[in-house]
Amino acid sequence: MSKKPASLGLDRRFVTRAMAAAGAAVLAGCERVAEQPAIRGFVQSAEGLNLRLQRLLQNRTALAQEFTPADISPVFKANGETYPSTPEYEHLANRDFAEYRLEIGGLVERPLSLSLADLRAAPARSQITRHDCVEGWSCIGQWKGARLGPLLQRAGLKPQARYVVFWCFDEWDGPPGRGQPYYESIDLIDAFHPQTILAYEMNGEVLPIAHGAPLRLRVERQLGYKMAKYIRRIEAVESFAHIADGRGGYWPDRGYEWYAGI
Amino acid sequence: MARADVRLKDGRLSVYRHPAAVRLAHWVNLACLIVLLGSGLQILMAHPALYLGSDSSFDRPIAAMTAEEQPDYTLKGYTIVLGHKVETTGLFGAMEEGGYPSPRALPPWLTLPPNRDLATGRAWHFFFAWLFAANGAAYVAHGLISGRIRRELVPTGAELRGLGGSILEHLRLRFPKGEAARHYNVLQKLSYLLVLFVLMPLMVVTGMSMSPGLNAALPWLPELFGGRQSARTVHFLVAMSLVLFTLVHLAMVVAAGVWNEVRSMLTGRYVIDPSQTPAARTPVPEDHP
Repeated sequence: MSKKPASLGLDRRFVTRAMAAAGAAVLAGCERVAEQPAIRGFVQSAEGLNLRLQRLLQNRTALAQEFTPADISPVFKANGETYPSTPEYEHLANRDFAEYRLEIGGLVERPLSLSLADLRAAPARSQITRHDCVEGWSCIGQWKGARLGPLLQRAGLKPQARYVVFWCFDEWDGPPGRGQPYYESIDLIDAFHPQTILAYEMNGEVLPIAHGAPLRLRVERQLGYKMAKYIRRIEAVESFAHIADGRGGYWPDRGYEWYAGI
Repeated sequence: MARADVRLKDGRLSVYRHPAAVRLAHWVNLACLIVLLGSGLQILMAHPALYLGSDSSFDRPIAAMTAEEQPDYTLKGYTIVLGHKVETTGLFGAMEEGGYPSPRALPPWLTLPPNRDLATGRAWHFFFAWLFAANGAAYVAHGLISGRIRRELVPTGAELRGLGGSILEHLRLRFPKGEAARHYNVLQKLSYLLVLFVLMPLMVVTGMSMSPGLNAALPWLPELFGGRQSARTVHFLVAMSLVLFTLVHLAMVVAAGVWNEVRSMLTGRYVIDPSQTPAARTPVPEDHP
């Protein structure tokens, strides 16, 4: 490169600074464009395409891949909340969840209140599956739990019910007792899928607190953040538009897809 | 439709090289690749480590970017590839963010959006993945129906036999300027075929292999690559191959004449100089139909 003519009055430091400033402006512009609600909504329209394509290719009961005991990961990463600090949860945890009751309500004919013993007596399924986190990593683990479908049938879904919402003990973004409870929701196709279980066992042992004791959802055809831990209540609803920010889950309210099949 | 050559005043020929469909597909593809790369790196930043197999063996990734706190509380960034650890503070692993040292795997100028925002990165990645696949499918359909892929991209036996000579010519940065420049040379043909029919489809297929929903529909898909985490690693390596291809492609454009090449991809017209053709054909008369 030949030297810049002195008459332009450009010294190298000025050019470097100008380029850095221009670069920063471009980066800031990128952020602002991505934050525009109209652009965000347009780009998020791909979620509907993903849902439709996957439901088209999947049989309703197509099973997520299952593995053998030899494939179980030696370390299964515990992500998100690993010990809810609300007084209510700590009270239950200190008594090994003997006083725990799972409430199933909302748009159902017969609301249920089930102890862990009731859940262990319900139709169960055990599966060794791969857990895919939205961050990109995967762990393989064995899960055993009560199948959600038969429990919902026992409660009797009303005809208007279209989604199942899972309310959790762990609270986010606030002091204990006043934060936003973690919640997630799935549609009835996933709710009645044979691998959709309320797991109380992991790798042959009682579900550890780090992984969602006493009860965690497994929705094996979606990403990890859908699989709510520390479930306290299940609610059948017609729509989740009235819940929190209306996108059907704690992370969906923060920009993540409600349908996390990808 | 091939359009007629136009004789310029200085005796050179303006030939019609790229039909509109190809030019459109080229620029849509460029936009897709830029967004997919930036948003893909944003997604990688959420867990900057690569593994082989179905699951993540966290203690032995084949490649990773990490930050380590020093005794004086500063941060150093490291990049580890196949057990080799290199300090990369400021570029990979750890860097200044908002005036403070931060364990951030990739610099803001490489990720889309530049700030840390996995949700937005994913939304953009999947939207542009659909656009990329649709654009690629439309390009291939056009190329097959028009016969352009067979005519312009599939090398002849004679060309393949002359491959060695063509490589030498390229290494000397000697490019055909005359009649031979009407068509792609054998190296261009092979690299474009590799990108079109191997690398880009691999991006789509390895991307689909990471989807738990598609895994239930097509359980053999991640197994093609040795499991989901292997598919993720292949996705990254093929993306880097496409970056490499793009850099070489840009270098070739510069070496062969920026304005002529860029104009041919904007207007379709490329100027050749028949007088530089070794075995010059009869010049096309000015009143050629």
